[in-house]
Amino acid sequence: MTAVEPDTAKPEGFVDNDEKPVGYGRMLRKEDPRFVRGLGKYCDDVELPGMLHLAILRSPFAHAKINGIDASAAQAHPKVKAVITGADLAEQGLAWMPTLSNDVQAVLATDKVRFQGQEVAFVVAEDRYSARDALELIEVDYEAIDPVIDVRKALDPDMPVIRDDLEDKTDNHCFDWETGDEEATNAVFDKADVVVSEDIVYPRVHPAPMETCGCVADVERVDGKLTLWSTTQAPHAHRTVYALVAGLPEHKIRVIAPDIGGGFGNKVPIYPGYVCAIVASLVIGKPVKWMEDRTENLVSTGFARDYIMRGEIAATKDGKILGIRTNVLADHGAFNGTAAPVKYPAGFFGVFTGSYDIEAAHCKMTAVYTNKAPGGMAYACSFRITEAVYLVERIVDCLAYELDMDPAELRLKNFIQPDQFPYESKTGWVYDSGDYEPTMRKAMDMAGYEELRREQAEKRERGELMGIGISFFTEAVGAGPRKDMDILGLGMADGCELRIHPTGKAVVRLSVKTQGQGHETTFAQIVAEEIGIPPADIDVVHGDTDNTPFGLGTYGSRSTPVSGAAAALVARKVRDKAQIIASGMLEVSVADLEWDKGSFHVKGDPSQSVTIADIAMKAHGAGDLPEGIEGGLEAQICYNPDNLTYPFGAYICVVDIDPGTAEVKVRRFIAVDDCGTQINPMIIEGQVHGGLADGVGMALMEMIAFDEDGNCLGGSLMDYLIPTAMEVPDWETGHTVTPSPHHPIGAKGIGESATVGSPPAIVNAVVDALKPYNVRHADMPLTPSRVWEAMQGTLQPPI
Amino acid sequence: MQVTMSVNGEEVTKEIEGRLLLVHFIRDHLGLTGTHWGCDTSNCGTCVVWMDDEPVKSCTVLAAMAGGRTVRTVEGLEVDGVLDPVQQGFIECHGLQCGFCTPGMMMTARALLDENPNPSEEEIREAISGQICRCTGYSTIIRSIQWAAAKEAETPVTVGSAS
Repeated sequence: MTAVEPDTAKPEGFVDNDEKPVGYGRMLRKEDPRFVRGLGKYCDDVELPGMLHLAILRSPFAHAKINGIDASAAQAHPKVKAVITGADLAEQGLAWMPTLSNDVQAVLATDKVRFQGQEVAFVVAEDRYSARDALELIEVDYEAIDPVIDVRKALDPDMPVIRDDLEDKTDNHCFDWETGDEEATNAVFDKADVVVSEDIVYPRVHPAPMETCGCVADVERVDGKLTLWSTTQAPHAHRTVYALVAGLPEHKIRVIAPDIGGGFGNKVPIYPGYVCAIVASLVIGKPVKWMEDRTENLVSTGFARDYIMRGEIAATKDGKILGIRTNVLADHGAFNGTAAPVKYPAGFFGVFTGSYDIEAAHCKMTAVYTNKAPGGMAYACSFRITEAVYLVERIVDCLAYELDMDPAELRLKNFIQPDQFPYESKTGWVYDSGDYEPTMRKAMDMAGYEELRREQAEKRERGELMGIGISFFTEAVGAGPRKDMDILGLGMADGCELRIHPTGKAVVRLSVKTQGQGHETTFAQIVAEEIGIPPADIDVVHGDTDNTPFGLGTYGSRSTPVSGAAAALVARKVRDKAQIIASGMLEVSVADLEWDKGSFHVKGDPSQSVTIADIAMKAHGAGDLPEGIEGGLEAQICYNPDNLTYPFGAYICVVDIDPGTAEVKVRRFIAVDDCGTQINPMIIEGQVHGGLADGVGMALMEMIAFDEDGNCLGGSLMDYLIPTAMEVPDWETGHTVTPSPHHPIGAKGIGESATVGSPPAIVNAVVDALKPYNVRHADMPLTPSRVWEAMQGTLQPPI
Repeated sequence: MQVTMSVNGEEVTKEIEGRLLLVHFIRDHLGLTGTHWGCDTSNCGTCVVWMDDEPVKSCTVLAAMAGGRTVRTVEGLEVDGVLDPVQQGFIECHGLQCGFCTPGMMMTARALLDENPNPSEEEIREAISGQICRCTGYSTIIRSIQWAAAKEAETPVTVGSAS
């Protein structure tokens, strides 16, 4: 039972629930008692009187004209209440909806279908089985069109135009984007001793949360108010978009995000199914439930990545990196449905210069439409930092390979130094704080790096394949400053409201929404730290637009950087008011009071003190308050971040490859993360663990592939492989703490670090193991067959 | 057709369609929503319940097949207001995040410990290998099950070990 000890032991300096529980430290989660009893309430658990069930008919073709739809047999089904097609929606002006990146997407196809799995019609029936039965009765007359599947050929002049719905569209071009200084970058490449180039593919993958997407829409017949229980990571943003799309007055829309069974960015976009359910409830006047099945989730909802990157790195012969440049071809699928700040069509890919102090960098990107599902930014990617970190950490390893230099040494030689922070990167990102070398050294110490290299050398002598892979990443999270970040015109700020009840208990209301990250615990701890009320006495309300202040939601690791700041600041605002009331109660000036986590006392006389509960009762009670002070003890703020926060980390992966089967076994994984101030180390460790497993999935097995006709080959969990407990090691985690200088509590965000940072460590380890075969690069997913091909020198890119 | 079975110690009789899946019977007909549905293909294991003391994936069992059998769901783990050590272990060791896979994981864990009170890490990994968790990376689930095993070794625990 030794493995139990590290987790249940209380780390030094940390409190536990049953000790004096004020503020940060390991604390068991407040949400868990309901979950372990099976009493979580997820979307599919919502049951309303008279509720009907909606099922969606999807296209079997990737690209086809719709000549007609005959829904009469489905309509005649005794349990069917309605069958709606794109033509029906078009009559109401609802056939198309805006995406979060200012494109449009069909709610139900009218003219043609543009990807396999696209929504064509929907049925509403008395029960979920009958709704599915009726789908079989709908006849659609499709006329197949050649699909555009090979992204490299999407811009060829003879290709069919996918988006002929857009005015004057004559090709499949989606957008161009560029960052950095091309001229300066070319100049450093010209003078460099060494230039290394590599084609690096980040294949299409899918977040595949255990709970698929769905909703229950209920339009109140009398006052017309829509209540939408929905699997959304961004309830407020969704409410506003529904108001804009459906023309419903915003005060008549209440979005409730109940418990969510994992999000990972898959539950940020607005999917046609949500709109269909709203329309159905409006038309029929009854509550309507829509829940995807697993295939629908995998083939139609937000995928991730799908970047083909040409990476180039320039350096001196002794390993000083001078410049990095890249050319990217991005597959955005049939509609540009990425959810990113509008001025950042490639998300935060611009941080591809990584953790290194270089002279110049440049990126040129072309994004195209293909006949595949829309999406692009998801799967804990921190707005495309996954792709950026993979590119830089892979190309740096390619450089190490060419220079025959140790990859750890090469990284240490090029790190941005502590005195350079705040550091403005060559693509214009201002890294707030960092101290990279101690983090790297800690990971190397935990791994026993030198010893591993010795072991590897011995094994190589014996023909055994062992690899050690390193990745050092810097993320940019917490979008974002309102001066240049918005989604559909909505600033990326978050509100927070805190009320102290008369008896000294509290309720804090958040604009963000947990999908498993533990907000109900963490945010209670943030407030507790500031106001001195135990977390157990602070109720955290979130995921209900009628009962929480406006804000943009939980994705891109933004909850702690943005909403966490709001929670700390609103508590300080309440504390400031409490101090004034306390000064009246103790009959001293405000300046003569000292704060002691939960009470104010007179300086030099701790016996004269009042607790927050005393003050709360006074604030709500009878009798005079200090001049100009209103009754009550509550406040609300909206926090606009000054900058992003820049968490970082050093990851080391050790793999063994069976030379006979080419199977990769991840033997060890060491992760040292720096997310600034830690609120709850137990939750942080959990966030890291989950991301590391994601990394094993992406590096070794996950990929959404298509055949030449556009059939999705990853449409079930039998085909789209996700790691089980058998494919992952016991994670070894550690941390350093470099607080953010601009965040009120110095926290930086941790939700996606491991997903971002782990894939390159694993791939670097596999490539390192294959060094005897002279392999410098191998694209994910590194399945046994692909590793075998790499060993034979015949490996092709996965797309 | 009519089906009768014991669910968490209570006999239930319902009129059902022959094609009804056990997971939907449990959720929609009995209102026990702790058992979740996740994939349709027996890959994710979020629907695991016990049928006659054996964990099964209820998305690939017809409700009719459970007729005359004893079914136990996550709601049956807690007995007389006392959490099963497995449930407590998941809380203590942060064995869950979103909570969606948790009921299935705990049902498998309970069955494992009933059969093997002192499983090794490898045995635990194998026992839960038919189930997917997207949040935890599994280490904390394994610790949770080890915590429960340790707890039960310390004090013989009868609560929760039989339905």
